[in-house]
This record gives sequence, structure tokens and C-alpha cells, in this order.
Amino acid sequence: MTVLTVAEHRRGELRDVSRELLTAGRQVADATGGELHAAVVGGDVKAFADDLNRDGVDRIHTVDDGAEFNHDVYTQVVTQLAEAVDPDLLLLPNSVNGLDYAPAVASRLDRPLVTDAVGLSMGEEPTVTRELYGSKVETTIDVHAERAVVTVRPAEWPAAEGTGDATVEPFDAEIDESAVRSTVTGFEEVGGGEVDITDADVLVSVGRGIEEEENLDLIFDLADALDATVSASRPIIDNGWLEKDRQVGQSGKVVTPDVYIAIGISGAVQHVAGMKGADTIVAINTDPNAPIFDIADYGIHDDLFEVVPALIEEFR
Amino acid sequence: MKVLVTVKEVAAVDDEFEIDGLTIDDRYVTADLNEWDEYAVEAAVQIREAGDDVEVVGVTIGDADTEETIRQALAKGVDRAVRVWDDALADAGLLDPETKARVLAAVAAEEDPDLVLTGVQSADDGFGATGVTLAEKLGFEWAAVVNDLDLDRDAGVAHVHRELEGGVEELTDVELPAVLTIQTGINEPRYASLRGIRQAQSKELTEYTLADLGLDAGDVDSPLEQTSLYEPESEGDATVFEGSAEETAAELAGVLRDRGVGQ
Ligand SMILES: Cc1cc2nc3c(=O)[nH]c(=O)nc-3n(C[C@H](O)[C@H](O)[C@H](O)COP(=O)(O)OP(=O)(O)OC[C@H]3O[C@@H](n4cnc5c(N)ncnc54)[C@H](O)[C@@H]3O)c2cc1C
Repeated sequence: MTVLTVAEHRRGELRDVSRELLTAGRQVADATGGELHAAVVGGDVKAFADDLNRDGVDRIHTVDDGAEFNHDVYTQVVTQLAEAVDPDLLLLPNSVNGLDYAPAVASRLDRPLVTDAVGLSMGEEPTVTRELYGSKVETTIDVHAERAVVTVRPAEWPAAEGTGDATVEPFDAEIDESAVRSTVTGFEEVGGGEVDITDADVLVSVGRGIEEEENLDLIFDLADALDATVSASRPIIDNGWLEKDRQVGQSGKVVTPDVYIAIGISGAVQHVAGMKGADTIVAINTDPNAPIFDIADYGIHDDLFEVVPALIEEFR
Repeated sequence: MKVLVTVKEVAAVDDEFEIDGLTIDDRYVTADLNEWDEYAVEAAVQIREAGDDVEVVGVTIGDADTEETIRQALAKGVDRAVRVWDDALADAGLLDPETKARVLAAVAAEEDPDLVLTGVQSADDGFGATGVTLAEKLGFEWAAVVNDLDLDRDAGVAHVHRELEGGVEELTDVELPAVLTIQTGINEPRYASLRGIRQAQSKELTEYTLADLGLDAGDVDSPLEQTSLYEPESEGDATVFEGSAEETAAELAGVLRDRGVGQ
């Protein structure tokens, strides 16, 4: 069988998920004695192809089309490439851009799509492991089709390493310009405010468990007592209770403090993406099944409104 | 102008729960309007409020029990709604993005909207793919993960920001008709007023079966089959402190002091 992965890059940099896809792809290809192909569309394709040329990659397709991601172009290119290579499994990143074109490709190819895979195997038919209900449970899904499109969760598989001897070849896609009806006009950096949570040694991070804006006082009191900085999960920022600079996660900041105290935060994958590199992770949460406890070093299964005041007392 | 907004009732699971075969026992599940859809509804209602010839139509795929959730959207200003359900859908099991999009596209074909707003993902199954699949089915343009929307109706263009990873936004112009998947934080969803809730009771809620939409059971025959459901083994080895809040706080304080915190 054949696996085809499509790399992702932004502003001149190959994103980590590109090499993670190779690991996931190699794993299924190995299990069936198959081939692993990789593709990169747009940007400095030569340099990207070098970076994708890792152990176990058989072939790399480069498509020289535009500098940056445009989903109308990607959809056309990846559809055409998949028709040419005819992979059993097309693996795409479950990134923001992946979700902006993978569904269109799957639909055009008339192949089933399973998103956000955290596990993958290939027997007669593909089987994909996914999470449900905010990571509280896992499910396996059998795909009743010989060919499928799967998007792979970033940071679930290690990045492929080593140096490969893949054949690198250009692929000529025919772009129907009249079907390009979206135009990327630029990028904008968000934040740039007063607090730099990436600089803090100790972060007291608060999530939806805090319930009311007024209750944030409690968190600031704790931060005072610990000489720490306050950060937050996304709902707190969405509610406008704290400024965007303080958001930790996939679409916020990646932080690596010595100590990260997650208070009333469930540990959704997009949050964890921003804080799993902290040296010591502490979680205070009433739900013993909250996924945050999977990555915490220390945990308290209790009401934050009981524990936080007691903790403040300890440091008075 | 017509805006179609897709809404879904999602299940939130209690802290303690039991798995019953391939589902979670109903006793541990609370139904609510999908968080991402709340923002999509608000975005749609704001477009209606900005122009006087705009109609906002809500659509859901769901059984009779989901009517309450749809009324929540109506109470927040959606003008009328469509609910699609029948035995074939009830029997279909796992509805994959393609299947959902097929049903929603049939509704869109009836309604002929200029703009479709969906949530980025649903909080329960989290496929994150229905909106873009729907766009593809309709031959509409699209944008996924939109956290800022500036609609230029005269030019037929939606100027959007797409929220990428790492605090970067992509600025994109999208030609209408289009499907936009809406990210949380794009606006501040309103609470339904008492008046809104009262009015919602009398707003039109059309019920369709697949046959009403020219579809049949074969159209909702998903290629995906859920074969197991289980609690993942905790990969963690967290030290969990037990006892009263005073006791656990004292133990945690010890750990924190060891790491030089608060000194
Ligand atoms: C494209 C995309 C990008 C995203 N980017 C980010 C991001 O950058 N950062 C981010 O954080 N999220 C991000 N999200 C959202 C993410 O999926 C979650 O919705 C979010 O992280 C949940 O925040 P939370 O843990 O605070 O809330 P919830 O998931 O609601 O968790 C609240 C927790 O508080 C606990 N709790 C409740 N009451 C108490 C109490 N009294 N005491 C103790 N505990 C209590 C509950 O048990 C629960 O575990 C993104 C989502 C998408 C789709």
C-alpha cells in the first residue's frame, strides 16, 4: 500500500507536523510493506524537500505554486496529486490550514475523511483512533473503504529523523485560476501588550472553572502570594475577562515556565499544546478524569474555591 | 440576503460517567447548544441587525429532543429554523462530515443562502470538517477558523481573519457565496432575553424528513463505523494529594517552596 503525506509550512518555515506526518505514515506503510510518499506545495520547495528527506521516505513530490498556503490552490494540487499517486491513505495535518482544505480534497476524491487521528492502523481497511467529549473518552473508527483521507493531530507522533534517500521529483499541477476565489492579503501578529507570559518563571493559569469574572481576584491574589504571573485558557480570553496576551495554547502563547499551575482548566489538546513544556505542572480540578491530569506532575482533585484560598493562606 | 447558520446540540459528559456499549449512558450527559455555534449564531444575527433585508435561518440535524436547543438559537435572534430528522438518520449511527454535509446541502439548496455560518467544530465529536465539506458540496467558497468578519455585501466579498496557530492571523478575502466556520471569541454571544425566549416559542420551526429533501437512507449511509468506546488509560503519573483543602494545599505549598516559589 502507499501512504502520501502533505507537508505544511508558513512564512518560510516547515511546521513540525510535516515531519510528524512522516512518522505516522511510515508506521502504517511499514505494517503493510508499503511506500511512503511526501509532498510539499509552494514556498521554497527545494529546501523543504531536503528537510522532508528522512529515513523511510520513498518519494517526495514538489509542487512549485505560490509562496504561501491558499486553500483553493492546495485543494486542486493535492486532489490532482492524490489522483496521480493513488495512495491508500492520504495523511494531512489536523492544523488550522489542514482543516481549511482536507475536507474539500476528501470530498473531491470521494474518499471518507476522518479528522484529528491520535492512532492509526491499516488492515484490510483503515482504523483510526480519535477522542470524544473533550478527550474524556477514546473511540476507534473502522473506515469501510479501501482508501481514506485522515488528518493527524499535531504533536501525537514524534518527528521523523535521520537522512533518507528519497527520489525528489516535481509535480506539475494544473491550476484553474477561475476557481481560486479566495485571496490571502497578509498576516497579523496578535498580542504585543503589556504582559509577557512567556518570560514568567511561575504561571498561575486559570480556566473556565473560575465561573465569574469577579472570581479572578482570587487568582490574582494567589499570583501575588506566589510572585507569579496570571495566564489563562481560551474561554477566559473569549469572555473578555483577560487580554489576549495571557492566553496559553495553540492559538495563544507557548510557555515553558518552571512551574505551571492549571486551575479549573480541563486540558484540551489546544491548551496543552501551549504548556506541556513546563518543568513542573500542577493541576487543581474537581474532575479526576480531566485530561490535564495526564500531563500533570502534581494534582488536587478538589474545588478550586476551597483549595486556592487555603494555598494563599500557606504563603501569607 | 439570506444567512444560513448551522447549529448542533452537543453532549457534555459529567465528571463521573459510565460507558454503555458504544455510548455514554444518558444519565451522565447534558445537552447544550454547541459552544462554537453560539458564536456563529451571534455573527449571523449581527449581520441581520446591520442590514434591513437580511434573514437568518437556523438548521440542525437532530431528533425531537433537540428542539429546545434550536429554540435557544431562535431566542437569540435567528428568524426561523429547520430541523431534519427521520428513522433513517436515527439508524445511521455515526454521522461523518460528508453525511452531515449532504443533508445540510439539501437544506441549503432549498434556502439558497448567500452566506452559511457554521461553528469551527462541535464540542462532542470534534470533526471540525462539516463546514468546509458543505462548501465543497455547494460549490461555495469558504474559510475555516474565522475570528473576524467584515462583510462587504456590495462587492460580494467577506474580509475575514483566520486564526492560525501561535498568535498569527491570516487576512483573507473570500468571494460570496461562502461558508465560514466561526471560531469562539469572534464576538460576544448575547444571552437570550425573556422577550426573545417568549418570541422563540412562536417562531417557525420546519421539520423535514430525508424524503422531503429528496434524499433517502442510502444518502446517510456513513462509511465510518464506531467500533469501540473506552476511557483512555491515564498516561500520567501525577502525584495526587488527598485530604481536606487545607491538607492538600499544605502539601502543594511544600512542593512549590521546594521549587523556590513564593520566596
Ligand atoms: C482551532 C482552535 C484553537 C484553540 N486554541 C486554544 C488555545 O490557544 N488555548 C486554549 O486554552 N484553548 C484553545 N482552544 C479551545 C479548547 O479546545 C478548549 O475549549 C479550552 O481550552 C477549554 O478551556 P478550559 O479548560 O478553561 O474550559 P473547560 O474545558 O470548560 O474546563 C473547565 C474545567 O474546570 C473544572 N472545574 C469546574 N469548576 C471547578 C471548580 N470549582 N474547581 C476546580 N475545577 C473546576 C472542570 O472540571 C473542567 O475540567 C482552541 C480550540 C480550537 C478549535
